[in-house]
Amino acid sequence: MLTILFDGIAYGMLLFILAVGLAVTMGLMNFINLAHGAFAMVGGYITVLLMQRFDVPFLLCLPIAFVGVALLGAVLERTLYRPMYKKPHLDQVLFSIGLTFMAVAAMDYFMTSSQQIVQLPEWLKGRTELGDGALMLGMGHYRLFIIAVCAALTIALQYILAKTRFGSRLRASVDDQRVAAGLGINVNVVFLSTFAVGSGLAGLGGALGAEVMGMDPSFPLKNMVYFLIVVAVGGTSSITGPLLAALLLGIADVAGKYYIPTFGAFIVYALMIAILIWRPQGLFVRKGGKA
Amino acid sequence: MMNAQQSLYNSRRWKVWEPVLWLLALALPYVLGSHALIINEIAIVALFAVSLDLILGYTGIVSLGHAAFFGMGAYAAALFAKLVMPDPLLGLAFGIVVATLLGALCSFTIMRGSDLTRLMVTLGVGMLLMELANKLDWLTGGADGLQGVLMGPVLGRFEFDLQGQVAAWYSISVTLVFLFLVRRLVNSPFGATLTAIRDNRLRAMAIGIPVTSRLAVIYTIAAGVAGAAGALLAQTTGFASIDVFAFDRSADLVLLLVIGGTGWLYGGVAGAIVFKIMQDLISSITPQYWTFWIGLFLVVLMMVGRERLIRPWTWFGGKK
Repeated sequence: MLTILFDGIAYGMLLFILAVGLAVTMGLMNFINLAHGAFAMVGGYITVLLMQRFDVPFLLCLPIAFVGVALLGAVLERTLYRPMYKKPHLDQVLFSIGLTFMAVAAMDYFMTSSQQIVQLPEWLKGRTELGDGALMLGMGHYRLFIIAVCAALTIALQYILAKTRFGSRLRASVDDQRVAAGLGINVNVVFLSTFAVGSGLAGLGGALGAEVMGMDPSFPLKNMVYFLIVVAVGGTSSITGPLLAALLLGIADVAGKYYIPTFGAFIVYALMIAILIWRPQGLFVRKGGKA
Repeated sequence: MMNAQQSLYNSRRWKVWEPVLWLLALALPYVLGSHALIINEIAIVALFAVSLDLILGYTGIVSLGHAAFFGMGAYAAALFAKLVMPDPLLGLAFGIVVATLLGALCSFTIMRGSDLTRLMVTLGVGMLLMELANKLDWLTGGADGLQGVLMGPVLGRFEFDLQGQVAAWYSISVTLVFLFLVRRLVNSPFGATLTAIRDNRLRAMAIGIPVTSRLAVIYTIAAGVAGAAGALLAQTTGFASIDVFAFDRSADLVLLLVIGGTGWLYGGVAGAIVFKIMQDLISSITPQYWTFWIGLFLVVLMMVGRERLIRPWTWFGGKK
């Protein structure tokens, strides 16, 4: 019981880190980016490659994955994404699906379609159990590690958004791009850096999640729906919304798969549709912001 | 000078080339008998694309889950043939009815929210049905698909042959019938209100168009047409698998509609022909990696702007 809750929270935290970049870019630029999963995949593959070919320790791989994917995101934002901001949503959707198709086929070509395995260091492999009976709590050390990292990141993000100058610029741009630009905020730079950080976070999430979610070339397609659910349900105007949505999704998914294995994914989709019919703008909408 | 009424009449009048095209389509399975299978496939995809065009091109609803209705029609027709009776036309009607009902049910989900919400809801419905078809294996055969669907002869006379000529004729005829109906629909006053909603929903509301009910009706109709396409697929291949609900199918469909041009009746048909032939060619060169080239094509197409693809005269004229 508690173990399932724990695993669900770990999974939810992972989903949050993967999806938060998507939430911010979607809120900021009103851009439906279905290629977000591809960035996560690149992060995962960077980790796998560094560890297998060059014996880089796991902990060092994580920041490398973050920086590498962030750079990639920055380059793509400047060259490919920026002209797409003003286009209609249909164009954006097709554009990012095209990018995803390319990423999937290219990974397939260079890395073969087999699943890649991440060798965790020894100290992350164990499992601690507390209590017994129905209340037994079994905590995999790696999941504990994920929760710790993600919680730290969430607090850091919240701090940056709420307290720093960059954060207030970002929030101003999300609320109203034109007024923000009129007040002298360089919206393009805000976009660029946010997109890069968002992609980097996806890369980091991919690196962390490679062991849990499995890493193969179909990763972006398989998980894209989950990222989008987090964003659609959580809303794009804050980071607490996606966080709660991700936790809800993570717990519902793990619990659904455990208790009613035949209808696991079914529950997640049904829940999402019900929530979106009930609150079309997402569960947590901040008043005053532009939808 | 031409007044508004005349221009409306003009757009609905039959062009000279249209009957020629239709007759040509009917002659195709006879002329290219050895390619009857792919002609059949193109006809089905064209019908499917026309149904998406109704909501995407004419009404402006972005949907990534249109395969839900396609799959529903396919399973309904296959099950009808297997459990009730093997007559194709009755099966087709049954598939259409079931898909239409599903569409009417789902039309409530697309009323509110932003493009993203609609995208997610349509996607979710498709995923939900795929999951359902996978799990209800006592009825649908699960992941193995529904096998052993035996079809009776069309109209009691024309037996389906191995080469697929009868199947191709059957699909083309049904597609043409629906094309005719859809042509009537989009050129009617009802169709004009749809384009008004697409172009400016607020203004459409202000001049007294009942937006919500129009959206519901067109979504339901499009679902029925998609169901017909699905039923055709199940009947002509004698098989229904959960792959009919797959996300790729919806995504490919949007792509081919965009290639052919949205909001234009023959856009779906043209897109289906180009897309299927392209798919056939590229996948015979690189079977595994053909999605890469499709992806590249999409990215380039979107960067350049999709309106310019179907208007070649704007290619060299600089920016408009």
